[in-house]
Amino acid sequence: MTHSLPAHVKILTVLAFISVSVATPITRWPAFIAFFSLLIFTAVMSKIPILLLFKRALIEVPFVFFAILMPFFGEGEKFSIFGLSVYRDGLLAGTSIVVKGTLGVLAAVILSTTTTAREILRGLEKLKLPMIMVQIASFMLRYINVISDEMERMKVARESRGFIATGIKHWKVLATAAAALFIRSYERGERVHLAMLSRGFDGALPSLDSHAVTAREWTTALSIPFFALIASLTALLIGW
Amino acid sequence: MAYSLPMHIPDGFIDLPTSAAFAAIAAAGVAVSIRGSKSALDEKTAPLAGLTATFIFAVQMLNFPVAAGTSGHLLGAALAAVLIGPYAATLAITIVLILQALLFADGGLSALGLSIFNMSLLAVWFGYGVFLLVKKIMPKKKISISIAAAMAALLSVPAAAAGFVLQYAIGANATFSVSAVFTAMIGTHFLIGIGEALITFFAVGAVLASRSDLVYGYKNETSKLEIRSN
Repeated sequence: MTHSLPAHVKILTVLAFISVSVATPITRWPAFIAFFSLLIFTAVMSKIPILLLFKRALIEVPFVFFAILMPFFGEGEKFSIFGLSVYRDGLLAGTSIVVKGTLGVLAAVILSTTTTAREILRGLEKLKLPMIMVQIASFMLRYINVISDEMERMKVARESRGFIATGIKHWKVLATAAAALFIRSYERGERVHLAMLSRGFDGALPSLDSHAVTAREWTTALSIPFFALIASLTALLIGW
Repeated sequence: MAYSLPMHIPDGFIDLPTSAAFAAIAAAGVAVSIRGSKSALDEKTAPLAGLTATFIFAVQMLNFPVAAGTSGHLLGAALAAVLIGPYAATLAITIVLILQALLFADGGLSALGLSIFNMSLLAVWFGYGVFLLVKKIMPKKKISISIAAAMAALLSVPAAAAGFVLQYAIGANATFSVSAVFTAMIGTHFLIGIGEALITFFAVGAVLASRSDLVYGYKNETSKLEIRSN
């Protein structure tokens, strides 16, 4: 179900969902249980393995360290928990960063696992990202594998000549390789551009017509941030 | 060094009004850069900025070992600005950030405006300003271009960090004092900047050695063809 929704609808849905969760104060914790349940529900409906979801969410781990320090190095009222003395405000702020950051990452992972890169581009175009930016993005997606393969081949070439980078003294070689990669990328860009010109490129890429978004699709997608909003408002009004 | 805070801010770290305000500034900056790059590169912009964005994305996966198992990577804002000019560099890095957020969940979607402001605007334009300034006071030699690019890289990283501290001061949902965050961020990012400067110095030097015509920051330095008749 999630897979077939148009990309721009999904991007807006994720943005709305994240906005609701970011705007909800962390002290209204029942709302956050609702947010997580909504995400898990969506993931299950989209047939995304939950394990995969959390594996990909590991990307935010470096941030967690920042948040973990917060309860211990702060100021204000202190209290003890599990034998540790922590700052109340710091603990709340740290929890808020971890919880909201995780919600954001999970929502974005659901978006990216149910949407192909090409559809994301189409979505950005629908969201009125300037044409030139969409084109830059489409070049990036088209050539990322070519360029990273090129980088990999350069690595194999270095290593087959006995080069192993172990420290700063090897940076010159690596930086020179980066420079060579830039020149190769740029020259490829020039060749691609000439090839496009010779095929009649005039600055605009043809776009295939996509079907109009039905009201049903909008409602399906936007029901997620809508339920999140209801949960948030309920928690605020009841004052849990 | 492996993870840059000013570049990939997660959702909920900075409050919504601040994020929205910086998104508006970022959008305005990108709009100006679109105009600027159109006059500089015209219809060549898309393929060249596109392949540069690809290059930046790929080169960020290239590990530079520091010591004892730690390593870092290039952020590339100053490098891109010197190589393809600040307008196209802004566009390329903005696309890298947008796609990293949408395809890899790297950096929060609601915080995208904040990171674009730090990296595509502050790091690129501050770095390019430093580059022009240093280039002006140095002798007109190729090595001066590399040194100017290295200085640009050195200062562009703390500039991005300063942008993050500004955002933190205005709208952070956190309890560290602004002065503590300022000291920690500027300090660590100055160190990262040293690494960035070294790599940029060597990389710009290597491009200058084989294809100096590709270096945007060197273009006005090359002597024009002289027509002699006698």
